[in-house]
Amino acid sequence: MAKDDAVHAEGLVKEFGEVKALNGLDLVVPRGQVVGLLGPNGSGKTTTVRILATLLKPTKGVAYVNGFNVGKQADQVRHSIGLTGQYTAVDEFLTGRENLRMFGDLYHLAPHYVKERSQELLEWFDLIEAAERPAKTYSGGMRRRLDLASSLIAKPSILFLDEPTTGLDPRSRLGMWGVIESLVAEGTTVLLTTQYLEEADKLADDIVVIDHGRVIAHGTAEDLKDQIGGDRIEVTVADLERVRDAQTALAPVFGGESIVSHSMVSGPVSGGSTVLVDVVRLLDSQNITIADLALRRPTLDDVFLSLTGHGAEDENPGKPASGTRRGRNRS
Amino acid sequence: MSQVKNLSSAPPVAMSRPLLGWTLHDSIVIARSTILASFRIPEALFFQLIQPVIFVLLFAYVFGGAIPIPGADPGGAADASLYRQYLMPGIFGQTVAFAAAASTVGLAEAMQKGIIDRYKALPMSQSAALIGNTFANALRQILVLTVLSITGYIVGWRINDGILNAIYAYLLLLLFAYTVTWVGAFVGLSVPNTETANTAGLIWIFPLTFLSNAFVPLDSLPSVLKLFAAYNPVSSLVLATRQLFGNPTGYAPGTEPEFWSLQYPVLYTVISCSVVIGIFAPLAIRKYRTVSRR
Repeated sequence: MAKDDAVHAEGLVKEFGEVKALNGLDLVVPRGQVVGLLGPNGSGKTTTVRILATLLKPTKGVAYVNGFNVGKQADQVRHSIGLTGQYTAVDEFLTGRENLRMFGDLYHLAPHYVKERSQELLEWFDLIEAAERPAKTYSGGMRRRLDLASSLIAKPSILFLDEPTTGLDPRSRLGMWGVIESLVAEGTTVLLTTQYLEEADKLADDIVVIDHGRVIAHGTAEDLKDQIGGDRIEVTVADLERVRDAQTALAPVFGGESIVSHSMVSGPVSGGSTVLVDVVRLLDSQNITIADLALRRPTLDDVFLSLTGHGAEDENPGKPASGTRRGRNRS
Repeated sequence: MSQVKNLSSAPPVAMSRPLLGWTLHDSIVIARSTILASFRIPEALFFQLIQPVIFVLLFAYVFGGAIPIPGADPGGAADASLYRQYLMPGIFGQTVAFAAAASTVGLAEAMQKGIIDRYKALPMSQSAALIGNTFANALRQILVLTVLSITGYIVGWRINDGILNAIYAYLLLLLFAYTVTWVGAFVGLSVPNTETANTAGLIWIFPLTFLSNAFVPLDSLPSVLKLFAAYNPVSSLVLATRQLFGNPTGYAPGTEPEFWSLQYPVLYTVISCSVVIGIFAPLAIRKYRTVSRR
């Protein structure tokens, strides 16, 4: 039943003039879960969040948040959610504490509650020393934390995080991830948009991959990786001359689907790490010396590339254009 | 950072709903924050105050001796001290018109920074962000008018018709300031970015204030402009304040202005302010509901 989920959207279409930002998007976020909405710039992530947060009306389709219709029961929806946008939406001339007070007041919370809650949020988000300084003096990471703290003032059960770590340095990003994980551990439902595959992989229970305004894949990070085939083994031989021999020797393991590139033979395997033993044995029997041997899981980069034909991080020029599935190695 | 407790601690305590709904409460919250924020930018406040002061000094000392005031200058010779008496209400009127620019820039910035998006995702009154912002900008004019009045006093301007009439004059100026902030709000929500807001916020105010009796008597204007100036609410506002402060009006004793807008300047000012608010407040609120960060 649609109303039992934290978020339930069906057939969302959003047109801006000629441009179709969303083209029949379906999305379900079960209560207490983290769903990552993954897609490149312009894929419709932010539009989706804006519709769910009652900022935009869909051209077609229907969406429920916390059981309330986003079009007809906007006020109830707004009481249920916290929104942290891509751009830190705090008043930079107000101090951290004044910002929290303003948002608390606008949520219509009792003054004494706002005061206590602001204090604990400032403590938790490590902003207590900066609490009486205008937000414009904050670093990027501090502003983002203040922004998230502002969304938490009314203890919303559902949190929309639109690219919460875009533009943050790695250390601040880790800090943000820690906060999000602790919110989730407590039962807050999170819908997170990101263009960082690593972020979705780390935080989300369930990943929805969107492109051109529709869902192109859906599942856990593991499911998605399995979709493009399981693990791959990469063997680098010490002697370049013998790379073809190695390919022949490994035919029983790779089943004819191996690829040779320079001194490396790679191919898909099933059975995980036990296959490594077979590889070593087969090559050893032919007296082929192994320079490097790796079993690697496909990354979400690989998933994205195979699903859309283009990389996930648009602005990253270092993507292979040939369609060979070579992502960053991750252990 | 430590463990953040969102759901596992006590639930939030809500305020009880005010008798008249949330709009007033939310508007006050926004107005309070807007005023607080404006004191955090002392340089902006300084320039907002310094501009009218420069106008006073320029007009009083540069043009003062060159502009004769009919009915006030004995023998028709221009008298600089009389011109300063005539000038000050004009500067007041022009200055409060600039309150619109603050709303334009403020709202364009709030929109660009995503604060308006955040407001719109809150369960607050949807018109409060604008009512609060316009109200704060009008209230800030109290400070501006105070500084200006002191400057005026120094160059020889006086309140000649009692304190009560002077209070009416100041209230009329604040009403006008509040009116133009709604126009400014609409402009601020309609422009694509803050850079445009900086220009668009000012561009209509200059002709509006100069095509009036603020600095020169109406009779010195060519006929088409004179007609526009006569029904320009800036003219009726300035004439009304001249009368209420007991300053020279630019009309000789016993002569009547030829336009009814200037025969009943207080009434015409109140009516035109009401009409402008009546048009631009709903326009701005409707715009607010549909805009979002680009």
